Amino acid sequence: MNIAVLALQGAFAEHRQMLQRMGVDSFEVRQASDWCRPKDGLIIPGGESTVQLKLLCDLDLLEPVREAIAGGLPVFGTCAGLILLAKQVEGEAHMRISTMDIVVRRNAYGRQSGSFFVKDRFAGKPIPMTFIRAPYIYKVGDGVEVLAEVGGKIVAAREGSQLVTAFHPELTSDATVHSYFMQLVKRAL
Amino acid sequence: MKKTENRQELNRNLAQMLKGGVIMDVTTPEQAKIAEAAGACAVMALERIPADIRAAGGVSRMSDPRMIKGIQEAVTIPVMAKCRIGHFAEAQILQAIDIDYIDESEVLSPADDVYHIDKTQFSVPFVCGAKNLGEALRRIAEGATMIRTKGEPGTGDVVQAVTHMRMMQSEIRRLVGMSEDELFEAAKQLQAPYDLVKYVHDNGRLPVVNFAAGGVATPADAALMMQLGAEGVFVGSGIFKSGNPAKRAAAIVQAVTNYQDAKRLAELSEDLGEAMVGINESEIQLLMAERGK
Repeated sequence: MNIAVLALQGAFAEHRQMLQRMGVDSFEVRQASDWCRPKDGLIIPGGESTVQLKLLCDLDLLEPVREAIAGGLPVFGTCAGLILLAKQVEGEAHMRISTMDIVVRRNAYGRQSGSFFVKDRFAGKPIPMTFIRAPYIYKVGDGVEVLAEVGGKIVAAREGSQLVTAFHPELTSDATVHSYFMQLVKRAL
Repeated sequence: MKKTENRQELNRNLAQMLKGGVIMDVTTPEQAKIAEAAGACAVMALERIPADIRAAGGVSRMSDPRMIKGIQEAVTIPVMAKCRIGHFAEAQILQAIDIDYIDESEVLSPADDVYHIDKTQFSVPFVCGAKNLGEALRRIAEGATMIRTKGEPGTGDVVQAVTHMRMMQSEIRRLVGMSEDELFEAAKQLQAPYDLVKYVHDNGRLPVVNFAAGGVATPADAALMMQLGAEGVFVGSGIFKSGNPAKRAAAIVQAVTNYQDAKRLAELSEDLGEAMVGINESEIQLLMAERGK
């Protein structure tokens, strides 16, 4: 199994380290030629979604990535990745990857002073969750399963083989969410 | 929901999210929007860019909070601002207006000849400049959660940033190669706390994110700094002192992502218009990098 990690900007190295600890191979996608490599799943890391979107467009990656996800490639987006995958971001009309039926509020906890750490349940299991200038999901479509809520806000969800978290499991040593994603990848094989 | 407070960790985490990105100096909300649209991962709000500070001389201070707020309202990306070295009251003010990161910066006139700000007393994160590993570790001990090279701001001359990054990387490699019992003496020589020296020895890197800054003006400069081990770059005067800021900014953003692809760098370097004029280090009177050690 080989997982593509979008490495345009942000905390992609942390995702690769987590996969490495789990014994899963991965590679970085920095341009269209990297995208051509065979892959069983895609991780879109935290960072700034505006930067990642701009680079996806400039590097001619947006359409190929969108098509692959629409075609069933399992994808896991954290924070900025969640924003890129959302069909709708409050107050914004432009397209992103926009493949997941969720409505998202950007910088929903405010600026860096609103960033926080909490232990809460993901798919029933308590795990550490780090929120950095995080978004949250305030509406999900019919086909979307809510996997985590913190303080009444949806912070993790799944639709088919698309998994998103508003928090950063790659910043902790807990592999629960990544293992969950690898289950989705195995199911899609 | 039981939140636990570990601001230091959360603040280091924000810097991790900025990696592989370009932080741009802006002086107006319009410039901030141009920077964001060009792919900046954060903006540094300041009244005058370093090249103009250098030209104007005199005392250079924290920016007007109103001007910073205007920039905060204009963009969704993180907004940073500078305070003077040692000026903890300026830092308190920046924290009060909910800034995302404070740069305790040698670009402004130092407010204290001896002491840096005790950054552990703040919940807001700080980035600090460093010329070498000792300076970097002293700033981290004081609570900085991100480090950047000092370079020589406002010159468009990358030589100092290169010197500082090479120095830090070579000192890190030296520590990695030491035996455990040599680390105590190394800490003494570096004038840095032993636990941080031990961390660098064990991990082969700083415990916080390390960016390049000071004199980066072209996509090639950015690629050079990334290849030398920077995790991202600050571009100050280099963008809005150039002929075509939007195009140059976007090219530098792409150069940071694909810093090892020379063919692409060649394309990115084409037709960028006039680069900032630049002055060499030997032509300037004031070495900002010598402020705050």
